[in-house]
Amino acid sequence: MTIAMHWHDWLALFAQYMMLSLLSISGAITTVPDMHRYLVDQHGWLTNAQFSSSVAIAQAAPGPNVLFVALMGWNVGLNAGGGIGAGPQAWLLGLLGLAITMVGIMLPSTTLTYVATRWGHRNRTRREVRAFKQGLAPVVVGLLIATGWVLALGNHGGDTPAWHLWLLTIAAAFIVWRTRIHLLWLLGAGALLGALGLV
Amino acid sequence: MHPAPPDTAPSERPQPRSTGDLFTSFTWLALQGFGGVLAVVQREMVEKKRWLTADEFLEDWAVAQVLPGPNVINLALMIGDRYFGLRGAIAAVAGMLTVPLVVILALAVLYAQFAGNPQVAGALRGMGAVAGGLIAATGIKLIPALRRHPLGFGICLGFVAIVFGAIAVARLPLGWVLLVVGGVTCFWTWKKIPA
Repeated sequence: MTIAMHWHDWLALFAQYMMLSLLSISGAITTVPDMHRYLVDQHGWLTNAQFSSSVAIAQAAPGPNVLFVALMGWNVGLNAGGGIGAGPQAWLLGLLGLAITMVGIMLPSTTLTYVATRWGHRNRTRREVRAFKQGLAPVVVGLLIATGWVLALGNHGGDTPAWHLWLLTIAAAFIVWRTRIHLLWLLGAGALLGALGLV
Repeated sequence: MHPAPPDTAPSERPQPRSTGDLFTSFTWLALQGFGGVLAVVQREMVEKKRWLTADEFLEDWAVAQVLPGPNVINLALMIGDRYFGLRGAIAAVAGMLTVPLVVILALAVLYAQFAGNPQVAGALRGMGAVAGGLIAATGIKLIPALRRHPLGFGICLGFVAIVFGAIAVARLPLGWVLLVVGGVTCFWTWKKIPA
């Protein structure tokens, strides 16, 4: 796919990601629906398949999930440069797109977090600040367990029986809970079982 | 730069030696985080390096969660800032992003060739199932820290169940759940703790 990107398009992309950054309460993943609306439906800068694979690769790869944003920018740049096979110019535009979306999604939220947490730390003995931090603790525990549940469920719907995947998820949770085995061994085991078609 | 207050970083506790240590620690941490880094943050920061206690991890993560932006990036920024100020914050966030960014670009280029392979799809599925278990276990391991909570252990478990039901079962929008349930727990805690 080839698209034309003018300087004002890049600027609009940057502004859009700056805005989404401030809306991404509890993580960038919650802004995915709006990114899809903007990039695929409204502007046609990415195909549906490019959008989906950007999210899927980032989920499977090591590192923070927010890197899916980098892949979206990279793909927009590649499209603007005539595709991945078009040579160095496309790769450079890909890197430009990557930088624009990543800086856009990171800068506002990190600046706000930096200022807000410093204020919170200076005022950490205040009753309101203590109540805020301690009061959210049970909410956070519930959210973590729910996130694990939703992530596990997201892999279902393939050819293998669902109980295979549940068994793997529960076994992984139990092993992490009771032992100190390195997490990479568990992920490797999951990859192997999946590649063999067992889950 | 602000000096690290003595009550948050007592000298007898393990802490990062330098901004370089922060950068490499968070790089290594991020590279272990398939399908999300949070489970690894808890394992590395609380259990292995012990830069944070379980209580501090819960509180910091709650703050990282309600502020906009990726949670684990916010968490890295807060930990880096605590020990080395702005330089530390930048080192921790850069460590979290730089090498994983190179890895993910390489994967995206590779993916174009292997997208249709069933073994690759199966491996991704198996890793996803394990990743779900890792995150859930991170939450389960933090439950004992709620025993010291001002609201009492039983009430805390009730709120854990409410949040789980609202997010995982009813699939309510997270913003509303945070606002309503978090509002109740914060206000109730505020009433319980001494001024």
